[in-house]
Amino acid sequence: MAGTPGKRATGGRLTTVLRTVALFGGALVFLFPFYYMFVGSLQAEPDTSPAGAFPTSGLTLDNYRDINSRVDLLGSLVNSGIFTGGVILGTVVFGLLAGYALARLRFRGRGTLFALVLLVQVIPFQLLLIPLYVLIVRGYGLADSYLGMILPFAINTTAVFVFRQFFLQLPDELFAAARIDGAGELRVLWSVALPLVRPALLTVVLLTFIGPWNEFLWPFLVTKQADMQPLAVSLANYISNVAARAANPYGAVLAGACVLAAPAVGLFLAFQKYFVSTDIGSGVKG
Amino acid sequence: MATAHAAAATDAGPKAGGGGTGRRAPRGRVAAVLGRHPVGLLLAAPYAVFVAAVFAYPLGFAIWMSFHDYFFAAPGAVVDRPFVGLDNYRAVLVDPQVRQAFGNIGVFLVINVPLTAVLALLLAVALNKAVRARMFLRVAFYVPYVTASVAVVGVWLFLFNSEGLVNQLLGPLAPDPSWLVNEGLAMPVIAVFVAWKQLGFFILLYLAALQNVPKELYESAAVDGASAWARFRSVTVPAVRPATALVVILATITGANLFTEPYLLTGGGGPSGSSASPVLVMYQRGIQQGQPDVAAAIGVLLVIGVLVISAINRRLLERD
Repeated sequence: MAGTPGKRATGGRLTTVLRTVALFGGALVFLFPFYYMFVGSLQAEPDTSPAGAFPTSGLTLDNYRDINSRVDLLGSLVNSGIFTGGVILGTVVFGLLAGYALARLRFRGRGTLFALVLLVQVIPFQLLLIPLYVLIVRGYGLADSYLGMILPFAINTTAVFVFRQFFLQLPDELFAAARIDGAGELRVLWSVALPLVRPALLTVVLLTFIGPWNEFLWPFLVTKQADMQPLAVSLANYISNVAARAANPYGAVLAGACVLAAPAVGLFLAFQKYFVSTDIGSGVKG
Repeated sequence: MATAHAAAATDAGPKAGGGGTGRRAPRGRVAAVLGRHPVGLLLAAPYAVFVAAVFAYPLGFAIWMSFHDYFFAAPGAVVDRPFVGLDNYRAVLVDPQVRQAFGNIGVFLVINVPLTAVLALLLAVALNKAVRARMFLRVAFYVPYVTASVAVVGVWLFLFNSEGLVNQLLGPLAPDPSWLVNEGLAMPVIAVFVAWKQLGFFILLYLAALQNVPKELYESAAVDGASAWARFRSVTVPAVRPATALVVILATITGANLFTEPYLLTGGGGPSGSSASPVLVMYQRGIQQGQPDVAAAIGVLLVIGVLVISAINRRLLERD
């Protein structure tokens, strides 16, 4: 970096300080609600004064017991898990096959299919909401079933993109060598492509996980029976129906919120280095 | 399509020339019809079927429904669903609640989209240059994005209710009626909430875009004596313009999909419908009140709106 040394140094220092203040101030604003969620979930009496944000005593697990008595936490978590697991399985298996085919194989209609993939990205879900509800709930009778919940999310275009980008980056020689050795296309997929795909696999699993785990609207429409509802739906129903009558409604809501947030946040923290910006970018841009 | 044709044409070459051996000729014929790797069709088939069943067919069904008198009937019952032309659209356009919902989403977008784009770009630029605690900062900005709306709505209700921490801190400055029950403030609070929740994702998009800005541009600007602000304005902002177009479109789509926040934060779109979103009204009309045809018409109008905004946005951001 060239320039007048003295002037640049002071200007640089000032911007660095400003930048650091802005970044850490922003981080505080972003993290405080999570801290407050956790603290609030442990307070027997909701204390909304500024001092209440830093309690020194009166912490209890009663709110967790309370929300568990009103919402079947374990059952809802199992439903969330089955819903999320089903979506991830479908996304990975079908996304991998389609991504590999689009990146590495020449077949009739490939261009058309890729154009379709691009188009699907821009169709907003809200236009499909009513017809999908009519078809899946009314037409196929899949209300209150895991299949009904999973179906609209079972294949994810972002995953197809991520896999396609990944396979495009691999050198052609890897595949050519296997073909020269006489391997069929399925064999190439199984023995060459699959073992190499692990990094992309993790990205797709992590990107896919947060979708169904946090999804509210669709399972809310599909499930009316309490014992089929994922935790996001049970908790939302608690917030909108029951909360007004409970003794410490916020405490119980925040306890439920912590249980709902913990798996996604935990997974993200454990694997955050895999949330690479370029993967997300390629997933969106194609 | 062009690529597939080209590949098929090349493969068909030897057969057309008449020089193919007996073993190669059928293969060539298959290739001419299906391409060099027909197995690709098999591998891509589930995705293609899915796109047809879960996107293309419902999309057509939604449009069909919006032009017919469609109502829920007992399973298996054969009922007449007459074509009604634009009746559903007429019903939607004169409905004050629908109009209000579209107006509300306008308020939402005017606040949310610029806030999202500006904050995401500034934070991404700062993060890109930050040396210390970079990973911690990234994680901090991304955590709201990975958390369920339902969970963070819980804590926002706690923060923004009339006795909540925000009003306690504001003291006499606290709005009356309070944030979420105030007709003028409910939608702006939702717009800020969604900006906060989604910002991490848009920061990542900008970070990816910043990787591709050529370093030489900054160096030559620095040689010319441009200040940090001038470099930001004349190098960074134009260089990330495609990303900005994407951020604006995605933020608009996110806003048009708004449902959970008005449903839970403001108790179903209150007060007096001032925070109702079009998707919330679609849910009420289509599923609660059994008028899926009217709801489908709202959906079509909403999507047309999104497409128009995207087209304008492209025009504005992609010209030089």
